[in-house]
Amino acid sequence: MDNKIKRDLVLTCLLFILLMLGTWLAQLYLNSYLVRILNTACIYVVVAVGYNLINGITGQFSLGPNGFMAMGGYTVAILMLPLAQKEQVYFIEPLIYPFSAFTFPSYLFGLALFLGGVVAALAALLIGFPTLRLRGDYLAIATFGFGEIILVFANNLIPLTNGALGIKGIPGYTNLWWTVGLAFLTVFLVKSLVNSSFGRAFKAIRENEVAAEAMGINLFRHKLLAFVISGFCAGVGGGLFVTLIGTVSPSLFTFTMTFNLLIIIVLGGLGSITGSTITAVIFAFLQEILREVEAPHTIGSWSLPGIPGMRMVVFSALLVVLMIFYRRGLFGNKELSWQLVIDWVSRSKNGKA
Amino acid sequence: MTWVTFFQQLMNGVSLGSLYALLAIGYTLVYGILGLINFAHGDVFMLGAYFAFFMIAIFMLPWWLGVIVGIVLCAIVGMTIERVAYRPLRDAPRISALITAVGVSFFIENLGLVTVGARPKGFPRPDLMKNVYILAGARIHGVTLWVPIISLAILAVLLFIVYRTKMGMAMRAVAKDMEATRLMGVNVDRVILLTFALGSALAGAGGVMWACKYPQINPLMGVFPGWKAFTAAVVGGIGNVVGAMIGGFIIGVAEIMIAAFFPSLTGYRDAFVFGILIFFLLIKPSGIMGETLKEKV
Amino acid sequence: MEKHRERVLSLENLTIIFGGLVAVNDFSLELYAGDLVGLIGPNGAGKTTVFNMICGQYRPTQGRINFKGREIAGLSPDRITALGIARTFQNIRLFGNLSVLENVLVSFHVSLNQSFLSSMFSLPSYLAEEKRMREKGMQLLDTLGLAHLSQEEAQSLPYGQQRRLEIARALATHPSLLLLDEPAAGMNPQETRELMSFIQRVQDDFDLTILLIEHDMKVVMGICERVAVMDFGVKITEGSPEEIRNNPKVIEAYLGAED
Repeated sequence: MDNKIKRDLVLTCLLFILLMLGTWLAQLYLNSYLVRILNTACIYVVVAVGYNLINGITGQFSLGPNGFMAMGGYTVAILMLPLAQKEQVYFIEPLIYPFSAFTFPSYLFGLALFLGGVVAALAALLIGFPTLRLRGDYLAIATFGFGEIILVFANNLIPLTNGALGIKGIPGYTNLWWTVGLAFLTVFLVKSLVNSSFGRAFKAIRENEVAAEAMGINLFRHKLLAFVISGFCAGVGGGLFVTLIGTVSPSLFTFTMTFNLLIIIVLGGLGSITGSTITAVIFAFLQEILREVEAPHTIGSWSLPGIPGMRMVVFSALLVVLMIFYRRGLFGNKELSWQLVIDWVSRSKNGKA
Repeated sequence: MTWVTFFQQLMNGVSLGSLYALLAIGYTLVYGILGLINFAHGDVFMLGAYFAFFMIAIFMLPWWLGVIVGIVLCAIVGMTIERVAYRPLRDAPRISALITAVGVSFFIENLGLVTVGARPKGFPRPDLMKNVYILAGARIHGVTLWVPIISLAILAVLLFIVYRTKMGMAMRAVAKDMEATRLMGVNVDRVILLTFALGSALAGAGGVMWACKYPQINPLMGVFPGWKAFTAAVVGGIGNVVGAMIGGFIIGVAEIMIAAFFPSLTGYRDAFVFGILIFFLLIKPSGIMGETLKEKV
Repeated sequence: MEKHRERVLSLENLTIIFGGLVAVNDFSLELYAGDLVGLIGPNGAGKTTVFNMICGQYRPTQGRINFKGREIAGLSPDRITALGIARTFQNIRLFGNLSVLENVLVSFHVSLNQSFLSSMFSLPSYLAEEKRMREKGMQLLDTLGLAHLSQEEAQSLPYGQQRRLEIARALATHPSLLLLDEPAAGMNPQETRELMSFIQRVQDDFDLTILLIEHDMKVVMGICERVAVMDFGVKITEGSPEEIRNNPKVIEAYLGAED
């Protein structure tokens, strides 16, 4: 038992070193288009893993990630935007004090991300408090409302968000070191949590609330914990996202974002952290491939008009079909563990020999 | 604020509230029976407006006939959604059905965006809705007057169906205990299908009237009204038909009144409803007419 | 002679009304340390409702529930469990997708002394406690003869084993009072006999007071020292198995309802 924990720790460290090596090579040799997809993929990992914690592991249906990402995104944007840029951007109404008076130097980017997560986590706390005490699906309807309402605020709270125009010229601090590193950290931390006694409590709530409560689990506190952590992850992801693309506006965090994440966690298996990790990466690439489908094409003399928006039709149909025919997703609620990998490797070796 | 403008705003609120009430019924009926938030309900509402639009503007049907065909088509869409997407998941974990509902909703919206485009279309209104009436000194638009009157007539018919017909009794029985009702020889699947037809027809009618009120229709027009109507159902007591109506009027009047009294906050109109939802969940989660939901142990 | 022992649970005039229907009416019962008391009655008599009030799933409309000198009526189920009352469910409610061992470990969570952060960061103090929990869990499964199934999914177990796991899971919360809701339901005579000795052994090993709902008269008459009978929400009598067997009111209640 002890040896296995040590072995897993060593293997995890090796994986981390390997990932960092890969990141270094990617920075050197990959073109900027591929690097951007990889960055997006890692951001999806950060948010999807947190999202699966509340939806898949704890079984409470949240539709909030886009709202929490928006909170984190705006927080990081406002903290990191250079002072000169602040004056330029906020020309309709000036940015309110104290944000107009300071800006974080680049070495505090990590702190800004953390604060983005904290702000989103606080929002999760405020929504979770009234809804998670109740049985039923109030969380779904409240988080869906929250996701829309936060955009209403983003559009109207001009001295803070600059309204529909959004904030431009956010320094591009996000790079592969940040995204890969944070994706790894998120998966590691959330997976540890899920495998711990707290994770068992979350899963017990998913499996049977009445029994979980009768075995001494405080339902409200544990649902809230999972939801707040999930909000934190989304906030950090949102912060990474805006510093990747350099702008933030209300249209960036519409419900489509939540929908994409829902596809990712369903495809990977509700309840499988490693499953979400893998499908988040697959999804980022799939999205790019389907972007091609939307563009107009000419094959010989035959020209196909592009159908913008077709992607989302395909994805939503896919989600319904998945739920009806392939509800388990790739991994069901099982986790990919080192033990499984080792078994699989040794099996395929024996098979060859 | 003068008495006349107050009266005018109140009428506006009642008019808006009656549409929320029509839409809230569909949510509450389905939630009462299946325990499912039918996220696609707001999109059926949108389809109602589009179906009527196409019947009138493209197929050149007379206005009233176009609207009736539109409503019938909505009922068919509602039944199709139930049959294809929800029925296979009836015994699946709750969360699967909810995810499917979100998927169906998003599918309809995006299919709409791809086929008819995001650009709003002008909805043809009959003269009745365009007239302006002078009532107790206040200028009241035709829509503001007729929408609540027509809605109340529809709601009366609905109450009759739910509380005075055999089908309504079957619906209430399925909501109370699906298995026991099945054992009594009631065709539960048929009752559920009819519930969807009824709720969707109401949503369709609501969509048409909404389009008369705000005559620019677009594929995403059902999202906010849908969410607010569900909030209305929660406020009224989810699962309770009368409660959904009351909730609808409360939300409609509150939304208009807050915007009327605090004009500077008009941009945040949609956020008020969110505030009302959170308030009710904190103070009285069972809603005005609802019983406390307690899982059977 | 009963009175020398500590009074564990006392139910005083419990009444609960659901929307006008009086499900349990003026129900009183006392349990002393080491008791094994049966609660019987026809279907719908309100037995499970009494359990639900003791365990906090329902709040009684009237009456008092005293557990070891403490008023517990209306506390939430998790707090009542933490105080030392555990239960099983009539319709089995295991955590189906979790392993047998994990089902038991869930019950240890309430006594965990670690924050979620220490488990997230896999701190040595957490890992040590996790190891202790797993050892304790395996020990418990071993005592109850379930150790060989520890890695199986709970929902894949045969019915009799699932019932046994429900009891194991309840025991893992370290109760002093155990409530069993129809533990022999759906068992064949052979399984039922095994269950009876199992319950008696568990009571001795874990030093428990047990209240048991059961339909199978053989079980009740075989292991209970005292039996309370309910009908239509009311306790109609209480006494030793022999007294109950010959009580005309009990015979009437049962003949009127079933068999």
